[in-house]
Amino acid sequence: MGRSLKKGPYVNPKILKKVRKMNETGEKKVIKVWDRACTIVPEFIGHTFAVYNGQKFIPVYVTEQMVGHRLGEFSLTRTFRGHAGQKVAKKK
Amino acid sequence: MARIAGVDIPDNKKVPYSLAYIFGIGIKSGFKICEQAGVDPEKRVKDLTEEEIAKIRKIIETEYKVEGDLRKEIAMNIKRLIEIGCYRGVRHRLGLPVRGQRTRTNARTRKGPRKTVAGKKKAPKK
Repeated sequence: MGRSLKKGPYVNPKILKKVRKMNETGEKKVIKVWDRACTIVPEFIGHTFAVYNGQKFIPVYVTEQMVGHRLGEFSLTRTFRGHAGQKVAKKK
Repeated sequence: MARIAGVDIPDNKKVPYSLAYIFGIGIKSGFKICEQAGVDPEKRVKDLTEEEIAKIRKIIETEYKVEGDLRKEIAMNIKRLIEIGCYRGVRHRLGLPVRGQRTRTNARTRKGPRKTVAGKKKAPKK
């Protein structure tokens, strides 16, 4: 189910504050993020976030198309190495 | 035979159901189109007058995205998901269910026919 429109998109206020500050000063630093549910808003474009996947931080460079998605969508939490005895699967 | 939205030529059926043969139009939108065009939904396609067909054609052209255009849009949406590398894109790339369904069993629509792995022993018969 979608989120109530009344509330607006969920954006972690601390992350937003950090990004706004960086936008003002013009510096670019990787922000470590644990909050995978945080929605990507237009302010985030061009920044790199290190999104925690439960084990390590995955660098995510935010592009325009990613707006509206959640940060966690770009930091996969599972690794599938293929089934036992399976030859290397087709790669696209 | 009526030709609406390119190649679709349904006939002998009542108008809304016939319109549903067009990709992007279901029975529900078929009824809506009939209402808009002032066509009796009980009427069969072969009994339509030229004017009615033209009316229907115009409504579909202006208000609906059908056939090739719709397919293109869907493909573009999927392509976008794949390009930005998000979870849904990855699932599309792998040909697995995208919306969180189980894959331990079932999911055959996405995965295709079963690929039986050799060497798995059957349970002994009693």
